[in-house]
Amino acid sequence: MNTETKSYTISVYTENNVGLLNRVSSIFSKRHINIESLTTSQSEIENVNRFVIVATMEEQQATKIVGQLEKQIEVIKAYVHTDEETIYQESALFKVSLDSLLDKRQIQDIIKTSHANIVTVARDFFVIEKTGSRKETEQLYQDLKPYKLLQFVRSGRISVTKEPMNISEMLKAF
Amino acid sequence: MEIKTKASTKKNQSKKQQPISGAEAVVKCLLVEGVDLIYGYPGGAIMPIYDELYKYQDQLQHVLVRHEQGATHAAQGYARVTGKVGVAMATSGPGATNLVTGIADAQIDSTPLVCITGQVGKHLLGSDAFQETDIVGISTPVTKWNYQITEAAEIPEVLAKAFYIAKSGRPGPVLIDITKNAQFDTFDFEYQKCTSVRSYKAVPDVDKSQLLAAASLINAAKKPLIVFGQGVILGEAESEFKALIEKTGIPAAWTILGLSALESNHPLNVGMVGMHGNYGPNKLTNECDVLIAIGMRFDDRVTGNLESYAKQAKVIHFDIDPSEIDKNVKTDVAVLGNSKETLAKMLPLVNQNSHESWMQEFKEYHAIEFEKVIKDELFPTKKGITMGEVLKEINQVTKGKAVVVSDVGQHQMMACRYAEFNQTKSSITSGGLGTMGFALPAAIGAKMGAPEREVIAIIGDGGYQMTIQELGTIFQTKAAVKIVVLNNEFLGMVRQWQQLFFDKRYASTEMVNPDFVTIAKGYHIEAQKVTKRENLSGAIEKMIASKSSYFLEVFVEKENNVFPMISTGASVSDIRLS
Repeated sequence: MNTETKSYTISVYTENNVGLLNRVSSIFSKRHINIESLTTSQSEIENVNRFVIVATMEEQQATKIVGQLEKQIEVIKAYVHTDEETIYQESALFKVSLDSLLDKRQIQDIIKTSHANIVTVARDFFVIEKTGSRKETEQLYQDLKPYKLLQFVRSGRISVTKEPMNISEMLKAF
Repeated sequence: MEIKTKASTKKNQSKKQQPISGAEAVVKCLLVEGVDLIYGYPGGAIMPIYDELYKYQDQLQHVLVRHEQGATHAAQGYARVTGKVGVAMATSGPGATNLVTGIADAQIDSTPLVCITGQVGKHLLGSDAFQETDIVGISTPVTKWNYQITEAAEIPEVLAKAFYIAKSGRPGPVLIDITKNAQFDTFDFEYQKCTSVRSYKAVPDVDKSQLLAAASLINAAKKPLIVFGQGVILGEAESEFKALIEKTGIPAAWTILGLSALESNHPLNVGMVGMHGNYGPNKLTNECDVLIAIGMRFDDRVTGNLESYAKQAKVIHFDIDPSEIDKNVKTDVAVLGNSKETLAKMLPLVNQNSHESWMQEFKEYHAIEFEKVIKDELFPTKKGITMGEVLKEINQVTKGKAVVVSDVGQHQMMACRYAEFNQTKSSITSGGLGTMGFALPAAIGAKMGAPEREVIAIIGDGGYQMTIQELGTIFQTKAAVKIVVLNNEFLGMVRQWQQLFFDKRYASTEMVNPDFVTIAKGYHIEAQKVTKRENLSGAIEKMIASKSSYFLEVFVEKENNVFPMISTGASVSDIRLS
């Protein structure tokens, strides 16, 4: 049996109902699996939500979790993918003191080389946005850390799969 | 308003009505769903519905239990004996939380329940109002589905969906929480039965290729073994199942919840698998060449150590729930679908066969088990009464026709090992959750679901005291339940483990009990106590002959153990006889 753990992305297509997040997350917590990132949003289909959940576990656990998720009444379909099977991104926001931008030449270089964007400039702070891999947002965090980083936040992973999902066809069949 | 339940409905069943309150709508929904009996307990947040129950009492009987846990267990007993959906009702807060044990029990044992709870008004949600609790949050992990209704107009569609989900596919409990404003508000009532939910496939499609693959394994098998569970009963597939085993000649062993799907004296019935199951089917699980699991879920109490469970065998798994496939035991062929359909489709694909020398191995193991275990249990030579002989005496009077409702512990294992059945839906017990206190209220539900049948609750002195207050329900409703308490003045199963695995340190397992006969008599239930063997059969005859409820306390040997036994972590083939 393969007991090696790795990061899996679990995508869950669901109805958009109150309390479903609780039901989905309890399937992980019941098995003592920590959710590393969770994003929920509208999917490509109207009134259908999509959860993207990242967690580290054994392959066998991931398969069973998908089975348990699909068993939930309001879950339409769940999938598990490895990192290689998905295109994924995270978004990060950095709120930095305005003095840094004006005083420090380096910070402008950091923004330029990291392909980050300045999304807003206020009287005493500015906000940088960076979308990319965990490694890239992490690097930018490390780079900006010395320059009066006032706030930092990183989103959960969002991902799409390389293979088609066929949810619309599935919904038509119901 | 939009109701986000996405249930599609049958238009032809709609009935247009004058505006009515949400509370009245709830009662009307129950009536349309064919409910004639509900178990519950009133309280502040559900009073509008109780007020309607009062008005509809000639059509819908409400049984007042003495604790909400009793309501869920009674509804379970009713559901298990009838195959219908059991309904339990409670108020918000403590009323709702008291339902939870029964809901969890129903979830793990796949029992169809609809539980309706009152909730504080919508405007009070989240304010820590009096008797407010987040029952939807609390019950989420132990329900098949749950939903909070906050608008009266949601009631018909949500309740229709609740009944559909509870009963269809692999059954389970559904909880519907209804805020008080939704009970009071009026709306135009229209009810349409739910027949599908787009995100929920109740029964998977049967895959012909899997049937063929299963048939070819079965036809080639030299030592096949069937292990069947409650899926046969829930699918009402008893006759299809019997036809299949009789054609193929395959020995069939049952899990605790499969008990009574096949009559006890059927020549191919080789007994129970699992921790306290029979010697032969456990031993031979590790010798069979094809293991055919039907409507069972390879619980750890069935499999023992998975690393050494049927490793030599090809495994075929029939189940309605795709998530059970490969969950615990790796399957070679999975046949998904309703057991009634899959077993019927299997029948023409399998060859007529018999496995006499293989069956002989079961008989030989049975002879060993009889000599080492069963003989002393059923025909004891020592002074003290054994639990097994109580069951044997009951069998002699009931001739296998009774419904036996057992609680949890040693007496449960004895009841399942030794009670005889010749009719399905006759053994009702808490299998997966192991809920002490289950039997007394479940027996009330079973008796009300099958009033023409003898219903006997077999309970230990520990579990009895967990829901003993339901004697009040028995007294008030005159439910003619026969209650047998096998009293060993111990929490016997825990004591057995302490003896075997904790060097006889009997931590908190000795019970100093009250006079149970006096308590029963306090509820005006006829009662008798037996301490000597010579009085046992007469007492049981008298109990069964009684037309009303009856309490029989039997003092059994204090420190007897249940054998055979598979110790925790051991393999099924390491089952011990002493």
